[in-house]
Amino acid sequence: MELFDNHKTLYSTALGLFLLLTLGVAILPAISNEQNNAPLPEAPVLSEDAVKGKALFVANGCVACHTQQVRNVEMDKIWGERPGIAADYADNHRTDLFHNTATLMGTERTGPDLTNVGKRQPSRDWQLVHLFNPRTVVEQSIMPAYTWLFDIKDSLKEGDVVVNVPEAFLASPHQKVVASREALQLVAYLQSLQQVKLPDEKSPLFLYKREKLADNGGAPAALNGAELYANNCQSCHQPNGEGLKGAFPPLKGSKIVLNDDPELMVDIIMNGYSGRVQEGFGEMPAVGTLNKLSAGEVAAIMNHERSSWGNNSRKVTEEQVKTLMEKVKK
Amino acid sequence: MLTAAVLMVGIYCAQAQSKGKAFFAMNSTAGLWTCCLLLLAVILQLALYMKYRLQSIIRSRRVRRRQPQLENVTAHIRQLNNRQLTALLQVKQQTKMKMLVLIALGCSLSAKAQDINPTPLMNQTGIIITIILILIPMLVGIALMIFKLRRVIGNYRRKVYQEDSTQLASYLDDINDAEILNELSQRKAALDYSLGHDELAGTQAAADKKGLLSDISNENDINFITRKKPSPARPPIDPALGKLVLWFLGTATFWLLFGTTVGEYVGIKFVSPDVDHVSWLSFGRLRPVHTNAVFWGWASLAMLGLGYYIVPRVSNTSIASLKGGWYTLILVNAAVVLGTICLMAGINNAGGEYREYVWPVMALFAIGLCITLGNFLQTIARRTSKEIYISNWYIVSAVIFAIVIVLVAYLPFWQDGLGETIIQGYYMHQGVGMWFMLFMLGVTYYFLPQQLNRPIYSYSLGILAFWSQIVFYTVIGTHHFVFSSIPWWLQTVAIVGSAGMLIPVTSGSTNFFMTFRNGWHKLADSYTLPFFLVGLVFYFTGSMQGTAEAFRYTNLIWHFTDFTVAHSHITMYGIITFLLWAAIYTVVPRLTGKEPPQITIGIHFWLALIGLLFYTIPLMYGATYRGIMWQSGKPFIDSVVFMAPYWLWRAIGGSLMWTSHIVFAYNMYKMLVANSAPDIKDAALKKLSEQYLKGSISSPI
Repeated sequence: MELFDNHKTLYSTALGLFLLLTLGVAILPAISNEQNNAPLPEAPVLSEDAVKGKALFVANGCVACHTQQVRNVEMDKIWGERPGIAADYADNHRTDLFHNTATLMGTERTGPDLTNVGKRQPSRDWQLVHLFNPRTVVEQSIMPAYTWLFDIKDSLKEGDVVVNVPEAFLASPHQKVVASREALQLVAYLQSLQQVKLPDEKSPLFLYKREKLADNGGAPAALNGAELYANNCQSCHQPNGEGLKGAFPPLKGSKIVLNDDPELMVDIIMNGYSGRVQEGFGEMPAVGTLNKLSAGEVAAIMNHERSSWGNNSRKVTEEQVKTLMEKVKK
Repeated sequence: MLTAAVLMVGIYCAQAQSKGKAFFAMNSTAGLWTCCLLLLAVILQLALYMKYRLQSIIRSRRVRRRQPQLENVTAHIRQLNNRQLTALLQVKQQTKMKMLVLIALGCSLSAKAQDINPTPLMNQTGIIITIILILIPMLVGIALMIFKLRRVIGNYRRKVYQEDSTQLASYLDDINDAEILNELSQRKAALDYSLGHDELAGTQAAADKKGLLSDISNENDINFITRKKPSPARPPIDPALGKLVLWFLGTATFWLLFGTTVGEYVGIKFVSPDVDHVSWLSFGRLRPVHTNAVFWGWASLAMLGLGYYIVPRVSNTSIASLKGGWYTLILVNAAVVLGTICLMAGINNAGGEYREYVWPVMALFAIGLCITLGNFLQTIARRTSKEIYISNWYIVSAVIFAIVIVLVAYLPFWQDGLGETIIQGYYMHQGVGMWFMLFMLGVTYYFLPQQLNRPIYSYSLGILAFWSQIVFYTVIGTHHFVFSSIPWWLQTVAIVGSAGMLIPVTSGSTNFFMTFRNGWHKLADSYTLPFFLVGLVFYFTGSMQGTAEAFRYTNLIWHFTDFTVAHSHITMYGIITFLLWAAIYTVVPRLTGKEPPQITIGIHFWLALIGLLFYTIPLMYGATYRGIMWQSGKPFIDSVVFMAPYWLWRAIGGSLMWTSHIVFAYNMYKMLVANSAPDIKDAALKKLSEQYLKGSISSPI
């Protein structure tokens, strides 16, 4: 064919077709997305530290393993309260001459999604010790250790942020681990990662709902306390309930957990706790409120904690927890 | 009979299962019946066995009886035979009787087997047990009978042999006839005859007047490795261009070794995360070093080198500018060196996959491509053929598209917010499909028909694949972000486009495999065709897998898991890298005249292929289950623990692949620089011409 025997027409045709399609599926949708989306009204502006922390997040390639997108499918519900929308990303711009926009949606979930990690795991102490070496708090983790973001010192200066690292991870017990400015910036960024509430309370639906078992008669399946514990509590209090010496208190044999009156335990779960900060333990975030746990879920977690690792305390019921939750509500 | 028994067992089997009972339980009627019928079947079979044994004996006796008559030997022997046969006949009569009894027994048994109906009585466990108890001793009795029978047969045979030998001895003793003795000595001479090895070839030396024979080996070693054919001589190409192509391929080999060494190390980090705590070697920084080094270093440089070989060849002219080629070589290599250093130092573009090099680095790459594009276009413009061969369609378009893709990805005008993600989906997939895949298809359209020594099956299919690849591939990028906040219609377009990819993939693979047809035997004696074949098989399966992964449901299970990693290795390694090796093993010996050692090519091929399978299959299996664990709401850390063995398998497969690259580098060394055994003939001719130039020999004319 004449058209194909002339290199000018042949390659121009191919280029024209390719450019046309490129415009249609990439450039125009991208531009229209830019123009039609604005940051949500309640979206906070990143602090200076968080902005620097984000740059560190980019520089160290964290996006290789961590996504920042809650898909509109039921299985992603554990990563956020609602599916992500375009407006969530609207405030991402080119940072400087050399760096492109960092939307950081990611394509691999070798590690957990981080969209809402600031709410899910707000504790700075935990984030720092986890960054120093993730295996201090999550034994099976395969995340790299970011030891170069920390200084190891023999004596402390004023203003040093000390990280409670278990002795097994240090060369000598006298060493002190101090978080560098970069480590604190990175944690500030992680803490800033929180899903913003939509203004009209109307969010897109999660699709592909999990099917309820038919022979269950429509009744919700019994809640699994061990799984809920693993998802919400285990990273600090550990699978063996013994916590982390000097950082996170044990639940095994804890007076509060074994107390017949569950009120204080419900209070701590729903509102957090700072009663043992003097002993060096980190402040506990309000896990129950942040993760929107239901009374049934809290009861399941409490019963798991009250009956595991040698703990043997009276079980609580959902109704009991419900009334207590109302009572401690601030 | 046997069939009937088996059928009945089958029916009982089905009945028992439909009742939902355990089939082989001894307290169920069906189970007992099965035992019973099985015993019957065994007995019947034994009876049949005996029948056949006896019949065969009778047959052999009949033959023996006939033999003496046919051969018409002496009457003496016949008489002896006759007398013995009468005795034997009696034995035969007796055995026949025995056999009849047995057959009758068998028939009655089989009749019983057919009569058995599940009547109320027969459903009684006690009755069935009794029947089984009767059948067991019957079985033992029959077994004993068989032993007895075998002994009788043995005795009979021994007797016959003894008689025969005595007979023969006396006959031989009697022979005194000169004629017979003469006949025997003639027979001995005939048996002693052997071939003299020159019956077909004759005694004259062979002449090859048309030069059909070459590379004749007179070594008669044992073939531990199948000897493959060396590449046939091709029209010589400009040595200066040859040097450029070899530099491209040589630096590509370096980046393959470097990139996969990093990849291997990164894979080990999944198994042993605390192997180092150095910022420059941390996982997040090394992963893009690996991917970019194998993309822009290995695959791109090797492709460009092959392009510089192919484009002038199929245009039937010389390359427009050699200098342009050298500039491209230097620019692309510089981009990978600088990019690698930047990434390890923590300077990257913001995390989009394959877009990690900052723009000044990627600009070097793009400028290199622009120079090459101009070069290729000028070369094609001065082609001496009217039509543009399809290889050049694919190759030049790939270069054009790659430049467009890089521009779209790095220009800042449409990168705010989610725009960045939309461009990212487009860019990463076009990089794979419109640069690597399109270019390699062009390379394959050139080398595959050549290596098979036959034209491409259908030029039209190649053209269909070309245009449909552009139409469908361009739109599929967003399928990496299914269910994300990217517009739903754009996701749907990407999924539809992924399904549309069936058209270019099936037409392309049909074209290649039909070119292979009737040429499969050539696989055995070529060392490049196996690489082509593996590449083409993965072209079909890997691309189809890509379509399967794009659907919404499969996204639920496989998205975000290591399944994607396995898929990208099946495609970038299984397709692109295997095809690149095939082409490199074809081209380099043509340029240097040095063949790589066949044993190390074999090692390279098998290590790479087995390594790839070890890498991908466990990873796909584990990733599928990981996705299902996520779907069922299991704690995330459980899915990490679950993946550990599959990550170990990945490291093992990766190590095999990495070892194969060392072997490949050695082969490159052997093809490029190793000194082959000096050719005495060449040396002698050189000396002769030197002497001639000096004038010590007078001119032959």
